[in-house]
Amino acid sequence: MADELGRKWDRCLADTALKTATGVGIGIVFSVLFFKRRTWPVSFGSGLGLGMGYSNCQHDFRSPYLIHGHVVKDQ
Amino acid sequence: MLRVCLRGVKATAQKSSGRIRLTNVQQCRVYTTGESSGASRVVAAGLLTVTGGIGGTIIYAKWDHKFRAAVEKNVPYSEWLLGLALGPASQDAGLPIRKQMESIQPPSMMEKQMRTSKAKSEKKLKETTEPALSQPTQNIQEASAEATQIISAISEVQSIPAPCDTEPAAAAEDCKECSDHNIALETAAVLQETESAGAAEPLRERSAEEVAARLAQQNQDEKDIIASLSARLDDSLASSAKATLQAIGAQEAALQAITQHTHKLKEAMETEGPTEEKSTQWKDLEAALADRTTSVNVAKTALVKANEALDSLKSVIDKSRGLKITAARPLILAAEENLHKMVVDLDKVVSKVQSAESEAKIVAQYTELVNEAKQQFQREVSSLTPEIQANWKGLTGKLSTDDLNALIAHAHRRIDQLNRELAEQRVRGQIHMEAALEQQRAEDQKALDKAVGTATQHVKEEARLEQERKLADLREVIEAEMRTQLRRQAAAHTDHVRDVLKVQEQELRAEAEQELSSKLLEQETRYRQLTQEQLDDFTLDMNAAYARLKGVEEAIDSHVEAEEEARKAHRLWLSVEALTYTLKTASAESPSMPLEDAAEAVRASCVDSDFALALTSALPEESLKRGVYSEASLRARFNSLRSLARRVALIDESHNTLYQYFLSYVQAALLFEKQQEVPPTQLRSEDLDPFKLLSYASYCLEHGDLELAAKLVNQLRGEARRVVEDWLTEARLTLETRQVISLLSAYANAVGLGTTQAP
Repeated sequence: MADELGRKWDRCLADTALKTATGVGIGIVFSVLFFKRRTWPVSFGSGLGLGMGYSNCQHDFRSPYLIHGHVVKDQ
Repeated sequence: MLRVCLRGVKATAQKSSGRIRLTNVQQCRVYTTGESSGASRVVAAGLLTVTGGIGGTIIYAKWDHKFRAAVEKNVPYSEWLLGLALGPASQDAGLPIRKQMESIQPPSMMEKQMRTSKAKSEKKLKETTEPALSQPTQNIQEASAEATQIISAISEVQSIPAPCDTEPAAAAEDCKECSDHNIALETAAVLQETESAGAAEPLRERSAEEVAARLAQQNQDEKDIIASLSARLDDSLASSAKATLQAIGAQEAALQAITQHTHKLKEAMETEGPTEEKSTQWKDLEAALADRTTSVNVAKTALVKANEALDSLKSVIDKSRGLKITAARPLILAAEENLHKMVVDLDKVVSKVQSAESEAKIVAQYTELVNEAKQQFQREVSSLTPEIQANWKGLTGKLSTDDLNALIAHAHRRIDQLNRELAEQRVRGQIHMEAALEQQRAEDQKALDKAVGTATQHVKEEARLEQERKLADLREVIEAEMRTQLRRQAAAHTDHVRDVLKVQEQELRAEAEQELSSKLLEQETRYRQLTQEQLDDFTLDMNAAYARLKGVEEAIDSHVEAEEEARKAHRLWLSVEALTYTLKTASAESPSMPLEDAAEAVRASCVDSDFALALTSALPEESLKRGVYSEASLRARFNSLRSLARRVALIDESHNTLYQYFLSYVQAALLFEKQQEVPPTQLRSEDLDPFKLLSYASYCLEHGDLELAAKLVNQLRGEARRVVEDWLTEARLTLETRQVISLLSAYANAVGLGTTQAP
C-alpha cells in the first residue's frame, strides 16, 4: 500500500510527461501544418496534454474514493 | 504560513462546530428554562391531586370500615398510613360476634332438647320421694330420654328407653315386668304414693332385685289384704247367711204357723163337729195361735238379726269396695249378690208372711164375725126356744108343731129381719165396702208403694249388681285385652330392642374391627418402618463403603489420569513453546516461518482440549500459511510509512485533488512535530491529528507496545489510512498470532501447573 502511492506518482508523472510531450508534439504539428507556426497550438497542445495528464493523475489518485453508483429506474 | 492558514481553517471549522453545539445546548437550556414554569405548574397540579386523593381515602376509610379493610388489603403500606392517621381499626364487632352466635346456636339446641326431656321427666314425676336416686340416674335419664325421643317418634305415649346401653338384657325383662306392673298399677289406680311415683316414672330404672322385691311386696300386700278381705267377707257372709237363713226359716215357720192357724181356724169355723172335737179343735187352734205368735216373734227377732247381719255385711262390702283392689272385686261382687239374694229372699218371705198375716187377720175377723153371728143366733134361738139347747140338730122328734111353727115364724121373722139387715148391711156394706175399698186402696197404695219401693230397690239393686257384674266382666275383658296389648307392646319392645341390639352390635363390631385394623396397620407400618430403617442404614453403610472404594479407585485412576494429563500438558507446553519459537524465526525483512507445522503439532498435542483447539483454529490463516512479521520489522516499516503518511495527511474522500496533494506535501515539508510523543490515556479530539497520532504510535512502537501503536494508527483517516492499511493488517496479524500463542502458552502453563503435583 505504501508503494502504491509511489507507483501512482510514477505513473502519473510519466503519463503527464508523455501527454504533455504528445500535446506539444501535436501542437507543433498543428502549428506547423495548420496554424502558420504560431505558438498557441503548441501551448494549447501542451496545456491539453498537461490537463489530460493532470486529470488522469487526479483520477488515478482519486480512484479509491470514487463511488460508482447505479441508477435504478423505477418501473 | 499556509500550514498556519490550514490549521487555522481547520481549527476554526472545529471550533465553529463546537460553538454551534454549545449554542444548541444553550438554546436547549433556554427552551428548558422557558418551559420550566409550565412544568412546575404541571408538577404542582399533580402534587395537589395526589394529596387530595390520599386525604379523601383516609377520611372515607375512617367512615367506612369495610373500605378501610379493602384498602389495607390491597395497597401495601396503607395499613401503616391509616393506622397513623386514624388509629388501629376496631374489628371486634365483626367476626367474634358471628362466632359467638354460631357457638351459641348448637348449645341452645342441645339445651332445648335437654330442657324438654327434663320437663317431660318432671311432668312424669308427680312427687319424687326418691330424689337421691334421681341424681345418679340423671344422665342415664337424659340420655335415655333423648334415645326415647329419637327411637320412638315423639308422642305422648310413655315409652321405655332401651336400657340395654347400660344394663344386661335381664334387666330389660325385669323392666318390662316393671313396666307391665307399672301400667297395671296405674290402671288399677294409685295405692300408695311411692307406688304412684313408681308408676308415674316409667323412665326410671330400678334394679332387678328392687323390682322383684317390690313386686313381691306388692303381691304379698295384695294377697294379705285380699285374704283379710275375703276372710271378713266370708265371715260376714256366713253370719249374714246364717242369720238370713235363720230368719227365713223363722219366717217360713211363722208362715207355716200362720197358715196352719188360719187353716185350723177356717176348719174350726167350717166344720161343725162334736163338742169334743170342737174343743180339741179350739185347743189346737189356741196352740196354733200360740205357735203362730211365738213363731212370729221368733221370725221378727230373726228378721232383725238378719237385717243386722245384712247391714254389717253391707258395711263390710262397702269398706272392702273402699279398699279398691281388683282381685277382691269378684269377691265383693259375689258377696253383694249374695246379700242381694238374701235381702230379696228375706223380703219375699216377709211379704209372704205379711200376706199370710193379713189373710189370717181376715180369717180371724171372719171367724170373729161368724162367732158373733153364731152367738147371736144362739142367743136368739135360745131366746125363742129357751128349752132348746144349743145342739138343736139332734132335736128332730122332740119339737112340737107349735114350736115348729113358732120356730118357722121366728125363722121367717128372722129371715125378714135378716133380709132387712142384709139389705141394710148390703148398703152399709156397700158404703163400708167403698170405705174399706178406699182404706184398702190406701193401704194397697201404701203397700203398693212399699212393694214398688222395695221392688224398685230390688230392681235397682239388681241392676246395680248387674252393672257391677257387667263392669267386672268388662273390666276383665279389658284387662285381658290390655294384657294382650301390653304383651304385644312388650313383644314389639323386645323386637325393637333386639333390632337395636343387633344394630349396636354391628356398629360396635365395625368400630372394634376398625380399631383393630388401624392398630394392626400401625404396628405393621412401624415394623415396616423399622425394617426399612435397618435396610436404609445398611444400604447407607454399604453405599459409604462402596463410595469409599470407588473413591480410592477413582483416586488411583485420577492419579493415572493426572500423570497422563501431566504428560499431555508437557507435550502441549512443548508444542506451544515450539510455536512461540517459530515466531522468533522472523528476520528483519522476511516474515517468520509458516506456523502451520507448529500449529499442527499443537493441535495434535491438545486433541482433547476444546479450548486449545479453538485457539489453534483462531490462528489467522495468513500466519499459518505465510508466517508473521516480527515486531522489529514492523517497526522499521513504520518509520518509512510515517513519512508517507505525513505527506498525504490532508487527503481524504473529499479532499483528493492534486492541488490538495500538493498542499499536503507542502504541509508535510513544513510541519515539524515531535518524533515521539507520549500518548495520553484518553484521546481527545485534537489528538486525532495524523501527525500527533504518528508520533504517539512511534513512541509506542519504540517502547514495544505494538497494540497501542496499531490502535493509534487505526485512528488515521483518509489517504493516510489507506497508505498504512497494509502495515496495519500486518500488525494486526502479528498481534493476533501473538495473542493466540500467548493464550496457548498461558493455557499450557496453567495446565502444566495444574497437573504438576507439589512434592
